[in-house]
Amino acid sequence: MVAAAFFYLFSTLMIASAFMVIAARNPVHSVLFLILAFVNASGLFILLGAEFLAMILVVVYVGAVAVLFLFVVMMLDVDFAELKQGFLQYLPIGALIGIMVAIELVLVMTGWVTSDAAIASASAPAPDDVSNTAALGRVLYTKHFYFFQAAGLVLLTAMIGAIVLTLSHKPDVKRQNIADQNARDRKTAVELKKAPSRAGV
Amino acid sequence: MTIGLTHYLSVAAILFTLGVMGIILNRKNIIVILMSVELILLSVNINLVAFSSFLGDLTGQVFSLFILTVAAAEAAIGLAILVTYYRNRGTIAVEDINVLKG
Repeated sequence: MVAAAFFYLFSTLMIASAFMVIAARNPVHSVLFLILAFVNASGLFILLGAEFLAMILVVVYVGAVAVLFLFVVMMLDVDFAELKQGFLQYLPIGALIGIMVAIELVLVMTGWVTSDAAIASASAPAPDDVSNTAALGRVLYTKHFYFFQAAGLVLLTAMIGAIVLTLSHKPDVKRQNIADQNARDRKTAVELKKAPSRAGV
Repeated sequence: MTIGLTHYLSVAAILFTLGVMGIILNRKNIIVILMSVELILLSVNINLVAFSSFLGDLTGQVFSLFILTVAAAEAAIGLAILVTYYRNRGTIAVEDINVLKG
């Protein structure tokens, strides 16, 4: 009963904030509603028993991705009111496509049955004796190890790509040149001056 | 009143529809488009985790983890391209992005 109440609370809040993400006038508000949607989704994940993914959702999405969005929105000096124009113009076609997608999803959702063979052929049955995190680790680091490595490569590529795209060399910024530093010797670095005795400098 | 698989699938379907509508309605604002893509990926994640939980198979959660990875990479690259574009053109209007046309 409590679980059902929390399910309705989380899902209502999530859908309302997802609606505000696409309807808010100010993109900063959109990002904040996106964060609210992710937090509620992680609550749904906890209700489903996927605690590790819930925490990952909070850490990765709320902590990294949404804050990245927030930084970019605040860094760009853009007239967002101008970008909001055409919202009503696209409303009919947007509503039409949305309703079509919803109808298709409802048709799929009401017309499917679970095959017993599908349940029997579960490739990684959830164990009862360990927590969700430990069970996920047992599967992830053994069965899906190559996918795990590939995910790491994807993240590395994204990191290098983002750095290469946004790094800009400005001419008037002084930078460290290690070769120049190592090439210094005593002749170029130190100059001896003979100060006269008892006269001060 | 028990919450079944269909409840979660309905929530995910509504979220997916909202994401698709967000892409169409905010066609000029690429930041909101990227956020709508994140919403769509989140709805797919809810589907995967719901099936994984109700069928007792952990593979769905593993795939959900990979989707999270790809979504994070996509957001980082997309926003980096956006920042570069803004630096070059001074605007982020998506309709003006046709300089690559032959």
